Amino acid sequence: MKKTKWEHFPHQADIGIRGLGPTKEQAFEQAALALTAVITNINKVEPEKKVEITCQAPDDELLLLDWLNGLLYEMDTRKMLFSSFEVQLDKNTLNAVAWGQKIDIQKHQPTVEVKGATYTELSVRQDESGTWIAQCVVDV
Amino acid sequence: MELKNLKKQSDYQWLIEPTGKMRVPIIIYSDETLIKEMDEKVREQAVNVAALPGIIKACCVMPDAHWGYGFPIGGVAAFDPNEGGVVSAGGVGFDISCGVRTLLTGLTIENIEPVKNKLADLLAHKIPAGVGSRGKLLLNQSEMDEMLVGGARWAVERGYGTSEDLTHIEEQGCAVGANPQYVSNEAKKRQRDEVGTLGSGNHYLEVQHITEIFDGKIAQTYGLQKGQITISIHCGSRGLGHQIATEFMKTMVTTAKEKGIELADRELAFAPIKSPVGEQYLGAMRAAINCALANRQVLTDLVRKALAGLLPKAELKLLYDVSHNTCKEEIHTVNGKQKRLFVHRKGATRAFGPGEPTLADEFRDIGQPVLIGGTMGTASYILAGTAESMSLSFGSSCHGAGRSMSRSQATKRWHGKDVVMNLAQKGILIRSPSFRGIAEEAPGAYKDVSAVVEAAHNANLSRKVAKLMPLVCIKG
Repeated sequence: MKKTKWEHFPHQADIGIRGLGPTKEQAFEQAALALTAVITNINKVEPEKKVEITCQAPDDELLLLDWLNGLLYEMDTRKMLFSSFEVQLDKNTLNAVAWGQKIDIQKHQPTVEVKGATYTELSVRQDESGTWIAQCVVDV
Repeated sequence: MELKNLKKQSDYQWLIEPTGKMRVPIIIYSDETLIKEMDEKVREQAVNVAALPGIIKACCVMPDAHWGYGFPIGGVAAFDPNEGGVVSAGGVGFDISCGVRTLLTGLTIENIEPVKNKLADLLAHKIPAGVGSRGKLLLNQSEMDEMLVGGARWAVERGYGTSEDLTHIEEQGCAVGANPQYVSNEAKKRQRDEVGTLGSGNHYLEVQHITEIFDGKIAQTYGLQKGQITISIHCGSRGLGHQIATEFMKTMVTTAKEKGIELADRELAFAPIKSPVGEQYLGAMRAAINCALANRQVLTDLVRKALAGLLPKAELKLLYDVSHNTCKEEIHTVNGKQKRLFVHRKGATRAFGPGEPTLADEFRDIGQPVLIGGTMGTASYILAGTAESMSLSFGSSCHGAGRSMSRSQATKRWHGKDVVMNLAQKGILIRSPSFRGIAEEAPGAYKDVSAVVEAAHNANLSRKVAKLMPLVCIKG
């Protein structure tokens, strides 16, 4: 049974984010959920508004970083949080849609700003069961 | 970290001789207890740094070192551009020029206690902090470029402070050689409304009182007296710095891949100082330093204005402003010769000692103030740079406590509300938009800052001058 889920893993100063899914795309989507969960309770973020993100990178791992850093850029410049994602991958290109809403301090009680997705523990791979895993540590 | 692989030079200085690809040794300035608590990753990362091209003398590790990105946090390394020396975006980190500034207030604890609650609410209201907060300034393209070139000087020219402030900031408030042309539009867009914002995570604004003076003579010159109130601000270059770091790390990683350079760690990707990417990064990184200096200057102005109504007797003078994530071009004496070096300080504070020609007149005989932040429940310290640190660590010291526990462990162990209540019983008021954020930053999740400062003092990296305890802490 291939799992679709996200989780955090510990790091001394910061926090690790991990997405798992039957496809690479789903693993990327789950990793994005794990990123939002560092900042707030994802169940409180309504998918009201849609933002499109495209990135290109020479390999899967750099593409994951670009995807997560692209989301951080949209969060910061639009003052939004995102809770729903649809990722399409085509070789070195990622096309994605993220749904979310404006930050509401009372409602979302955002914990911490993420400064960047890092190369630490960065990995995009399939485990023995065929589940895709997309993960890295984020600097907060 | 295991002690068996280290050669003890003294109780506070430990050596790792070069082996394999290492070009220089590693020197750890710390005591046995702190070294035993250090992650083995600190050693691995320091070994990788010691193998970088053009590194001079040694990779220095500060007492508060922990596992970082490429460089250990608490790592100092200097590179000679004439010997193929490099600059590394990971060696400066994501929050370029994150730092601390401390303001003297002329107030005593007796002035503060009766209005402490009001003061906490007022500062929480006036200082934009936390995720999604915006500053009052909205910069257009040309103002942005002026800010990135001028730093705190730009802010003072705009009315956010005095010329006296500028002499109390490293490099007189302005990093020379900043080039906004190398700062991407994305980075500038992130900063458009973030000047004068505190950020989140371990960043804070704190009202403190001086509880102990260790060196009366230096304290007098710095203007520090027991019982007096100080205000400290810890923050950095905000979204602009994060974006520059992210972009240049990727550029350095992909350039290395194209050129077939094998990296020990992708986060330690580098570019020769004398190369287009190296020069572009330095131009952009210095712009981010100026962004951080402008940011802390505007925040200072917000604090001054906020206090003017509630505590009209307050006279806020800047003691000093230090940055602890930087790469700076400096002159150092190596083997009797003066050299122009590029000194990376990742989670390390510059600690220039007496006689340094670049220091402001009043600090030239006693060394610059070295500002060490604690947690929301523990002490902060003011130290002074020493002459010894110039030869020991390129004039560098520790930067703070450093975490001992992960954020997820901390939230499992503490509830934000309890942390706030416990600290209130100790007379420390916390204001923050997020209880989970408070739990993640609970004092117990950090190492003992006093032990770190003691080690820095005993290793002669800097000299203890004063101890400060928090009264009010605004967290992002």
